[in-house]
Amino acid sequence: MDKPFAITLNPGSSLANHTGSWRTARPVYLDRLPPCNNQCPAGEDIQGWLFHAESGDYEAAWRHLTRDNPFAAIMGRVCYHTCESACNRGKIDEAVGINSVERFLGDEAIKRGWKFAAPAMETGKKVLIVGAGPSGMSAAYHLRRLGHAVTVMDAGPFMGGMMRFGIPKYRLPREALDAEMQRIVDMGVSVKLNSKVDNILEQMKAGSFDAAFLAVGAHIGKRAMIPSGDAAKIVDAISVLRSMEGEDKPMLGRRVVVYGGGNTAVDVARTVKRMGAEPIIVYRRTRDKAPAHDFEIEEALQEGVMIKWLSTIKQAGDHQITVEKMQLDDKGFPQPTGEFETLEADSVVLALGQDVDLGLLNGVPGLEVTKDGVVKVGQDLMTGHPGIFAGGDMVPAERNVTVAVGHGKKAARHIDAWLRGASYAPPPKPEVAQFEKLNPWYYMDAPKTVRPMLDIIRRQSTFDEVQGGLDEGNALFEARRCLSCGNCFECDNCYGVCPDNAVIKLGPGKRFQFNYDYCKGCGVCVAECPCGAIKMVAEEI
Amino acid sequence: MSAQQTVKFYQTGTFTVGNRLLAPEERSVQANMQRTNSINSGHRACQGCGEALGARYAIDAAMNATNRQLIAANATGCLEVFSTPYPETSWQIPWIHSLFGNTAAVGTGIAAAIKVKRQKGELKEDVRVVAQGGDGGTTDIGFGCLSGMFERNDDVLYICYDNGGYMNTGVQRSSATPPAARTATTMPVGPEPGNPFGQGKFVPAIAMAHEIPYVATATVADLRDLEAKVTKAMGMRGARYIHILVPCPLGWGTASHDTIRMARLAKETGIFPVFEAEYGEIKSALAIRRQLPVEEYLRPQKRYAHLFGKQPAVATIARIQAIADKNIRKYGLLAAQGQ
Repeated sequence: MDKPFAITLNPGSSLANHTGSWRTARPVYLDRLPPCNNQCPAGEDIQGWLFHAESGDYEAAWRHLTRDNPFAAIMGRVCYHTCESACNRGKIDEAVGINSVERFLGDEAIKRGWKFAAPAMETGKKVLIVGAGPSGMSAAYHLRRLGHAVTVMDAGPFMGGMMRFGIPKYRLPREALDAEMQRIVDMGVSVKLNSKVDNILEQMKAGSFDAAFLAVGAHIGKRAMIPSGDAAKIVDAISVLRSMEGEDKPMLGRRVVVYGGGNTAVDVARTVKRMGAEPIIVYRRTRDKAPAHDFEIEEALQEGVMIKWLSTIKQAGDHQITVEKMQLDDKGFPQPTGEFETLEADSVVLALGQDVDLGLLNGVPGLEVTKDGVVKVGQDLMTGHPGIFAGGDMVPAERNVTVAVGHGKKAARHIDAWLRGASYAPPPKPEVAQFEKLNPWYYMDAPKTVRPMLDIIRRQSTFDEVQGGLDEGNALFEARRCLSCGNCFECDNCYGVCPDNAVIKLGPGKRFQFNYDYCKGCGVCVAECPCGAIKMVAEEI
Repeated sequence: MSAQQTVKFYQTGTFTVGNRLLAPEERSVQANMQRTNSINSGHRACQGCGEALGARYAIDAAMNATNRQLIAANATGCLEVFSTPYPETSWQIPWIHSLFGNTAAVGTGIAAAIKVKRQKGELKEDVRVVAQGGDGGTTDIGFGCLSGMFERNDDVLYICYDNGGYMNTGVQRSSATPPAARTATTMPVGPEPGNPFGQGKFVPAIAMAHEIPYVATATVADLRDLEAKVTKAMGMRGARYIHILVPCPLGWGTASHDTIRMARLAKETGIFPVFEAEYGEIKSALAIRRQLPVEEYLRPQKRYAHLFGKQPAVATIARIQAIADKNIRKYGLLAAQGQ
């Protein structure tokens, strides 16, 4: 060996020194469950579709979204977006406008004519769905994607169910609803309208269906015993909203009293306001106790709807009603005070909730109905009768469009498994990406983009949509406000901040890998990961 | 124009190392899969070493800026000890070890040799020189050579990795040790333990007094700022000086995962001003993004633990706050001050 003076060893690289042996804890990559996804009743992968929207690939975003929920344009208007209440960004400035981006994607899909692909393979199984509402059409979509032959029957003249007959046009324009319904029909789903199912078992036998999903909704307005004269005009809210869809608009007079404090009461009041009447909502409790969403109450008040809180109707007569003032007791229940007042009223609209028409289930063995008049189902949404599943408003659950859509997806998975003689086990939920797991330093400051609202005069006199949408520029901005909680978005931080070069970058879309030969377990990557997608795990020593 | 070109909001902007929403040329050197990795894996720095990180950030950026035509001279100190125990080395660049005190002079010599070789036509490439050391080798032992390199305006970028003490020999005090910080060679007990107030020096200000072409400070918490400064320095000729704050988990008594956080807190409290100066004049300062009181910076460090005993040393903390406030005024560290 020819070495310089006083040199006895060949030069070597420090790579011979495996510093990974110093480690007492190792970093590992993981995908935590973002709080928005955890909250979504329809099980959307919100963070996942926002990721695509962030890079401007709206079609990929929409396709990712519609893996779980086919109704982006509808959801972007009528979903109560509880995801936004759960959003971690709310702890930094304001929640990401998830709902407004969803609507943008939905509208973009309609504008660009994006379609769903027909299934790659037919299974040969036939499924009957009763009810073309959000739950039924969601189930139809998911079952069709899985290759089953799907027939939807509905008693009404149009698709959409409560989305059409319960939600006014100013919240959900019919063009958006029709487009998203038609897109499912275009997948090869057969929809039979004006076809009431009177007996489910006979219908299944006649059509040789292998399974059925019932989603008839709750359309029968609850009545209240109000002493009334012969001349008093009392109608129920759902009939009023339904008749708005037909030729014969309801005749309610000038002074319309709406009785109830839910979203339907507010919808009816805002609807009759637009028809030129003067609605007044009478509700027995206070605003904070009303089941209607506060933003809907606020919008109704802005439009000039009057609300009488803490009042019950004692008697309805000819063009006038008597109300009694109430007060809340210690437990928050309204109690009568004995003080009465007379209000002018040409008609009274009852918005006291709805019951389910269970006529089609007569004589089905094994089927059970709860004391609230809804159908009992298991975790898999199957009724007591094998092969008959149910969801939406007709089963015990919160009643809204998003929950119904979620039921449709869930039922479809269980029906698919049941048809194969198997059972569907949902994958275990990963841990939730709580705010404490994030390093919010890395996110740029950016307040929420506010959606435009229709001016008040047009809101009072027309059925034009109240809330506007985002354009491409601000939709992209809004999507990029997502913190990507718990899911790597390839910011390269771990790759950059490792003092030991122990993070291997695998390239765009492939994320990263730890080189445990050299990782000393300092944990800088975990502390500096913006989105909480790495955690430390103790080494076995 | 597509929406993507008009939307100026990029989720994490340039705060993170990389960002898939930015054009490749707008991403950092450290985000690049082909970065030099000037100081490779297997080095023996402590877990979470700020200096190992700062050195890779700076030298990778310098390699990138010089088309990989770079020679580094390295003072004795942590950086040399942990990277090059005979016969191994972690350096993947032409690198020469010098004594503790003469790195600036070695850099000067290399620069002079390159100049002669280029004049003679023996060297085609424009090879550049970096000299680097810790705060001990820079502000104490090597200070004479450094000042000489500055006043002669030799074509060398000198980088000081400041962790506030002689850490690999057992955390002794240096002239860069901040007031009140405890080391092995400061007063351990008494009314005011730790490094005395009113001593030490801030070498960036002394470098500015030499009116050399470029002086800058940086921290390992602001990668993009650090890379921009190194790149800018390599685009200039003459004596240049960059002083990088590199937290030391061992000497500061901080958790190994808090290294970058500590550097961020030093900047956000105003304790460490991040600025750049040309020919003796301050040109810009990196604004504090979310201003914090100095307690936030001091409390996680065991070297300041005596300030937070049963009787918090309120007066001492106030004196440290006053230093931060003075930095904020002097360097214009709040965006509202009209940067």
